[in-house]
Amino acid sequence: MIVADRKSLNEILDMIKDLKNILIIGCKGCVTVCNVGGSKEVGILASILKIARKKEGHPLEVDEKILERQCDPEYIEQIKDQVEDYEAVISMACGVGPQFLSERYPGCRFFPALNTTFFGGAVQHGIWEERCAGCGTCVIHYFEGMCPIARCSKSLLNGPCGGSAGGKCEISKDVDCIWDMIVRKKMEQGRLDDLLEFMPAKDWTTSRDGGPRKSVREELVQ
Amino acid sequence: MRLSYPSNVKIIQVPCTGRVDILHLLKAIEDGADGVYVAGCLEGECHFIDGNLKAKRKVLYVKKTLEEIGLEPERVEMFNLSAGEGPRFAEIAREMVQRIKELGPSPVNMKKAA
Amino acid sequence: MSDLKSGSNLEKVLNAGHFAFTGECGPPQGANVERLKEKIHHLKGCVDAVNITDNQTAVVRMSSWAASLVVLQEGLEPNFQMVCRDRNRLAIQSDILGIYAHGIRNILCLSGDHQRFGNHPGAKNVFDIDSMQLIHAVKTMRDEGTFLNGQDIDVPPELFIGAASNPFAEPFEFRVHRLAKKIAAGADFIQTQCIYNMDRFREFMKKVVDMGLHEKCYILAGVTPMKSVGMARYMAKQVPGMDVPDSIIKRLQGAGKGKVAGAGIKFAIEQIEEFKEMEGIAGVHLMAIEWEHRVPEIAELAGMLPRPKV
Repeated sequence: MIVADRKSLNEILDMIKDLKNILIIGCKGCVTVCNVGGSKEVGILASILKIARKKEGHPLEVDEKILERQCDPEYIEQIKDQVEDYEAVISMACGVGPQFLSERYPGCRFFPALNTTFFGGAVQHGIWEERCAGCGTCVIHYFEGMCPIARCSKSLLNGPCGGSAGGKCEISKDVDCIWDMIVRKKMEQGRLDDLLEFMPAKDWTTSRDGGPRKSVREELVQ
Repeated sequence: MRLSYPSNVKIIQVPCTGRVDILHLLKAIEDGADGVYVAGCLEGECHFIDGNLKAKRKVLYVKKTLEEIGLEPERVEMFNLSAGEGPRFAEIAREMVQRIKELGPSPVNMKKAA
Repeated sequence: MSDLKSGSNLEKVLNAGHFAFTGECGPPQGANVERLKEKIHHLKGCVDAVNITDNQTAVVRMSSWAASLVVLQEGLEPNFQMVCRDRNRLAIQSDILGIYAHGIRNILCLSGDHQRFGNHPGAKNVFDIDSMQLIHAVKTMRDEGTFLNGQDIDVPPELFIGAASNPFAEPFEFRVHRLAKKIAAGADFIQTQCIYNMDRFREFMKKVVDMGLHEKCYILAGVTPMKSVGMARYMAKQVPGMDVPDSIIKRLQGAGKGKVAGAGIKFAIEQIEEFKEMEGIAGVHLMAIEWEHRVPEIAELAGMLPRPKV
């Protein structure tokens, strides 16, 4: 899923500092799964903002709403009668949410409560790790199901580099060296020869480097 | 045991402190409580295995959050004691009340009074 | 290994069968050409070529191509280093043409230390291509006369292609295969990471020789003299991919106050003597960074002088 972290409270408070009446909208998609933008987190943020503003003697009215997803027009439509009632709306969805909302309701102001980071999954309850960089040309089958584009700090296709030590990446002991894992798996599976084959330079046109992307299912487009 | 504890402590009973949510603690502060504490079983003795450990993490989260917005993290606390420790319960109540008295009324309340 | 690919001094020395001796110099963190020239002068006459690092450890310094030009002007031969961290394939191919046009003939192809290490950690990561692909790119430009997209080059660069090898990184069993891969991709010469664990290095070289890699490519063993016990400890603990056995640290500690640097140099000389006789080793790469003034002494003691004229 898409993983995100909530912005700092000071940053969010700064966004709404001159406002008295806002709506916080959560999303039941990815951000609920990574416990950062679901109903619970909306409630928590609403309470925190109210406490902070009460303390300043500058109270804030906050309403709360949750949508199935903020990346589909039919769900965003659901708030059309309420959205004008507020000075601004904080979206607790990933970066897609506030943008879709802004497009659909151009007269209203939408603020992102989150910093969207990566595509990843839960490795432990409460901990998510990056697995995919969205390069548009998946090559994990060459690497025993592991992605060096997303998981190697240098995105090497002919790794490992000389900085791999103790199975960890040179940038930090908290980061596994994916190339160490790839090589070991290849050795275990008796496929080390695969790694002697030269992997040529990647074509980055399908990744974000090639410009903003679009995905079309022609069989579905009316 | 009929031991006395300060009357300005309002008790909310839960089957296990694991049931306490971050939002409960925040709402208490939001609605004007000068302090809020969670009293759970001794670590390792939770009837539901680790409810008290979950509560501990939530209390830490709330403390960090309060600090971020300029409120004293000491207004929220986690205590551990066994169900049979009546005197300890009263002692904790007195300790927390004393702490809050020293901190003064919650800044959330101060502006209301002003 | 007969027909010259670039005609560089380093290539000619190796091709003639001499034991090569290269040095290293880091450009200044500024446009201080005088300081650079000072450092270079110490190396004059002592080395066959001098490596010029490229924003090493992701710290911004004068461009390695620019510093390499200064080296050329001062009458020495540069070994121009290029990392993949800061440039995409357009800039890379462009710079390769540029350096060749200015008379630079050796290129060392490296991945580059991640920018998190350096003094601009917020910089965008490039790594459009990796070191293996860079080696291959230079070889393609030289031997096929085409860019990476297949288009013809209007006067291709004839460069002597180098790469790095770290026998001590992990997984250890894979390092010799990665070396083989670099040679297959086009590396003409290799400079290893600095060596302290001689036992492990001997083990590595045995595999290299078994695979016949030394016949396809010139291998230069990396040597960095230890200046202090602090330096040894730092390298042992803080530098990834570095193997510094306790015995080395103990040896330095045992040297006594004021004599540690001398002991470090003594060990380096011993290593060089062994490398001269080691099968598969075609030379030594001495990395005495910020210690360039000691290089003439080390070169003399190691019997590296005078350097051969080819």
